[in-house]
Amino acid sequence: MLKTSAIVVGAGHCGLAMSRCLVDRSIDHVVLERGEVAHSWRTQRWDSLRLLTPNWMTRLPGYAYRGDDPDGYLAVPDVVELIERYAKESAAPVRANTTVTSVRKDERGYLVQTDQGLWHARTVVLASGASTVPKVPALQGGVPAGITTITPADYRNPGQLADGGVLVVGASASGIQIAAELHRSGRPVTLAVGEHVRMPRTYRGKDILWWMDAAGVLDERYDQIPDLIRARNLPSMQLVGSPERTTLDLNSLSQLGVQLVGRLAGIDGGIAQFSGSLPNMFALADLKLGRLLDTIDAWATEAGLDGGDPPRRFAATAVPAHTPLTLDLRSGAVRTILWATGFRPDLSWLDVPVFDRKGHVRHDGGIIPSPGLYLMGMPFLRRRKSTLIDGAAADATDLSQHLTHYLDSN
Amino acid sequence: MTAIQTPVDNGVNVEALLGVREALTDTPEIAQFQWRTRVSWVNGTHSRSSVDSFYGLGEQQQHKTTFTYDVDHPLAFASQDNGITPVEYVLVALGGCLTAGIASIAQRRGIQLRSVQATVEADEDIHGILGADPDVRNGFSGVRVTYTIDADATTDEIKALVAQSQKRSAVYDILTNPTPVTVDLS
Repeated sequence: MLKTSAIVVGAGHCGLAMSRCLVDRSIDHVVLERGEVAHSWRTQRWDSLRLLTPNWMTRLPGYAYRGDDPDGYLAVPDVVELIERYAKESAAPVRANTTVTSVRKDERGYLVQTDQGLWHARTVVLASGASTVPKVPALQGGVPAGITTITPADYRNPGQLADGGVLVVGASASGIQIAAELHRSGRPVTLAVGEHVRMPRTYRGKDILWWMDAAGVLDERYDQIPDLIRARNLPSMQLVGSPERTTLDLNSLSQLGVQLVGRLAGIDGGIAQFSGSLPNMFALADLKLGRLLDTIDAWATEAGLDGGDPPRRFAATAVPAHTPLTLDLRSGAVRTILWATGFRPDLSWLDVPVFDRKGHVRHDGGIIPSPGLYLMGMPFLRRRKSTLIDGAAADATDLSQHLTHYLDSN
Repeated sequence: MTAIQTPVDNGVNVEALLGVREALTDTPEIAQFQWRTRVSWVNGTHSRSSVDSFYGLGEQQQHKTTFTYDVDHPLAFASQDNGITPVEYVLVALGGCLTAGIASIAQRRGIQLRSVQATVEADEDIHGILGADPDVRNGFSGVRVTYTIDADATTDEIKALVAQSQKRSAVYDILTNPTPVTVDLS
């Protein structure tokens, strides 16, 4: 059995950020990675995907983007290369091709069983990712035979799909990006829209994320916002990273020819049923965007930035004249269904009783109620930006400090 | 001079509701409610419904009195108009649900309401219920609710009340999403 003070599970950007912080604090540790560094970026991303955060926001402990395209958006191969290089430059103690099969508690810490042997550590940091397993609704059981179903994790490019119509379920970042790409490939797309977070790519001449970063919105803390459950369950922002800095919202998708329908509420006898709540889905997202822009404009005035482009508001999301409530999935009009319905972590190997009745790990800003156990990389773990690459540094700094103190006092 | 702020009072005990929400973490089963009504045919298309009890928060509950409702069809249907139609009750329900939501959310958000009115309209093509056209549904082809609200808030804040009310409305959900209904003989 191998022993160390800390085991980090996962060599993605969170695990590596934590490793860097532990190195800085001289805490002996290993990073256990089931594949190669940046595994999920190598295996679960589609070909045209780019980060939706601009390059200048790609910051990790001890790393900042220094390339010549700070306002651009990294493509997947570049993200893989960046994470690999970061691991090398950090001299992160990564054990690749080592899959954790269980973590359980003992008197002195945790027993971490892997397919390459048994480890013992006094502390464990779970950085295996928030998006390992696609969440597909139970009603998928009603999809008739003959229709291919796929999730963004398996999707690579339009050529992989049969010709013919596609029903994209879910209008968050993945849903809208893939809907646009599939529609441009000549496949008629129907997009089922539930709750979503509408965003313009740019506002008053700058990236929307520049404003959210500068105005402190991304730094909002988990213990300071009124409704944490809601904030942690917000769908991903409707943004795409394109060189043209396009805004890809529902109005632009409609203009492309994508048919918008309500949330997929059921499948009965092969007939997909869409909610009649679509106008309110639009209203909620438009109002939320308005509140964000109000916050930004107020901050801009305080910061003396009113000399540039003036404030503006965006056209309301247009309710289509005719919105079908049903779609006959047996008619052949739809050949593929893409479930862009979100992801969840895979912590099935965690054998410590820290799960709530919904199967989520209980934690207080990443500190799990089992001493020496920590969580990273979840939406709004500690800050609104926890879900972004840029959020890993602050979270790793905070949690490594707590971990160090725990080791020192136990 | 310091302005004295009158506390917002829309008549909703939001603290009690938030208290229930808190309690659900430890005892989620208390969230299970069952609503019920008894219906008796009177004559023709006229029936009478009574509501006196429901189940919730872990026990049987009683309304303070037994409420009764006459349900009928109007003269246009060659009926006696002893009560409003079932579909009109649905509109009453939707209006009541959304309005209660607006008041609760306004209370929670510290917005003083002065008046809240709505018209609730629904379209129905009776080819459906008369079996005269298989392509026409029995129910509503559309429902339109229009609110007129006077409150201590901006237009966007009021729009947000209305949007949030729909987001959390039981009747809105019942109307906009599929619900399994089984009808049996005892």
